[in-house]
Amino acid sequence: MSSTAPPSDGIDHVDERLLRTTPLKKLLARPELGSVVGALAVFVFFSIAADSFLRPASLGTVLYAASTIGIMAVPVALLMIGGEFDLSAGVLVTSSALVSSMFSYQMTANVWVGVGVSLLVTLAIGVFNGFMLTRTKLPSFIITLGTFLMLTGLNLGLTKLISGTVSTKTIADMEGFPSARKLFASQITVGGVELKVTILWWLGLVALATWILLRTRFGNWIFAVGGGADAARAVGVPVYRTKIGLYMGVAFCAWISGQHLLFSFDVVQSGEGVGNELIYIIAAVIGGCLITGGYGSAIGSAVGALIFGMTSKGIVYAEWNPDWFKFFLGAMLLLATLLNAWIRKRVEATK
Amino acid sequence: MTTATKTGSAPLVELDDVSKYYGNIRALEGVSLEVRSGEITCVLGDNGAGKSTLIKIVAGLHRHDAGTFRIEGEEVTLANPRDALDRGIATVYQDLAVVPLMPVWRNFFLGSEPTKGSGPFKRLDVDLMRTTTRDALLRMGIDLRDVDQPIGTLSGGERQCVAIARAVHFGAKVLVLDEPTAALGVKQSGVVLKYVAAARDEGLGVVLITHNPHHAYLVGDRFVLLKRGVMAGSHTKSSVTLDELTRQMAGGTELEDLRHELERPSST
Repeated sequence: MSSTAPPSDGIDHVDERLLRTTPLKKLLARPELGSVVGALAVFVFFSIAADSFLRPASLGTVLYAASTIGIMAVPVALLMIGGEFDLSAGVLVTSSALVSSMFSYQMTANVWVGVGVSLLVTLAIGVFNGFMLTRTKLPSFIITLGTFLMLTGLNLGLTKLISGTVSTKTIADMEGFPSARKLFASQITVGGVELKVTILWWLGLVALATWILLRTRFGNWIFAVGGGADAARAVGVPVYRTKIGLYMGVAFCAWISGQHLLFSFDVVQSGEGVGNELIYIIAAVIGGCLITGGYGSAIGSAVGALIFGMTSKGIVYAEWNPDWFKFFLGAMLLLATLLNAWIRKRVEATK
Repeated sequence: MTTATKTGSAPLVELDDVSKYYGNIRALEGVSLEVRSGEITCVLGDNGAGKSTLIKIVAGLHRHDAGTFRIEGEEVTLANPRDALDRGIATVYQDLAVVPLMPVWRNFFLGSEPTKGSGPFKRLDVDLMRTTTRDALLRMGIDLRDVDQPIGTLSGGERQCVAIARAVHFGAKVLVLDEPTAALGVKQSGVVLKYVAAARDEGLGVVLITHNPHHAYLVGDRFVLLKRGVMAGSHTKSSVTLDELTRQMAGGTELEDLRHELERPSST
């Protein structure tokens, strides 16, 4: 009698007030869902519209385009989850490349020295952004807009002052160039498809960022400072250090991006990068990051970057005028954001 | 109640003649209060009476400018909220107790996350966090449907209760509650007060900030009245009645004046 426990009142892990959650509904609750649906739609669209889109070589190109945006979209997404913007992210990439190139050239040093100096300078700019933000308590929009303008001016002014032109001198014949190129701008052939090494960097960063966000204390703090900075501070979360750390993350990725720029083209145009900061933010938003902070994912930013890559290259493969790219982008941004909002509402309503 | 047995030991928190100025503004002057283990000290006052300033001093957000602040007999000046937490003072704020978009279990451990593994593999102990959250809430009598739901989907009262349970779980000795019932309905207020009493029964000292004398009198052992930054009265439960407390709280003689002013001029 006592040995047979009645199955009905046995204590179960699942609360009886909860309706059974289907895996589908769990999937729907993910922040990146809207972007995945959007990415599939774009993929199908260009598969039909452009014959050459599905060729392996084209996919390699699409992934490359996505990776150059994706590398920056990852830290920008984390920063956005942490409740802040970085408008200087685009030109920071150029600054990082310029510092690296000009330092090596002027000092006739091994290019790795320039790469190292560039890392320090870039991280310092990230710290500057974060420090100014936490010290002045001004909106990050204003602070980084200031940094953006200053860096744009510095990039052009210093390059002209040092090199005499708007671009840097070639460093392709300098010591260490081949090995640095291998790390930042080489190609790997997988099954006949040429894949740029940036794709690996990108995937690595997405995996790392996802791990940080979901499984570390710092990740918990990122969500908290974005979702409720005062509540976070009240329970002892170091809000300022978290934000400065996020800006350093952006700087670190800008450094990777910048070195890629340098070692794949070997000269750097000092006016580049303006406008890219918005592309990173758009990729993060398409990927499900809430513009007000506290919600989003790193994987979503990757999907957002992938949508970018597919659209920009798909238009070329479809042999359309590339002028349409921006229009598509705008439409995509609106659609993805609406879809995200709609899905979130439905999921929360059915909870 | 239990004061007689505990008068020998030092109170958990003791403010003696504490003042705080913001520039030339006197926010708080000469306030004294004590909090003992297993007791609830209520701080009553109208808007602008200095309740928030008082709570911020105890929580470590602001430093006091004059007077002494003792924790378990030791004189202290708290540097920041973390310092207060480390000394066992947990504060639950009315509107910013939790981060709404985060799941209940992430909120529960926010700022004190347990980890396992080492080096680069050091990670949150997610299973422990989930089960502990569920258990700790159950111990306080809160039966939650799903610890994975964003805490913003809970009602205001439930959120307060989670925050209280969190403080109790992390071994707080003193719980400071900032107007826990201010934005709640009658029934939910009752639920929250029940958890406040539960925390007291676990042996915590509680500071309950409120402008509702009825709620205060239900659970309080000591009452400190603030008015325009100064102390207007200090009572123990045995020395004051609810009516007297309400009258003092509402401004006493001022209320009398108000009644005269509002009285209809009688025609007879």
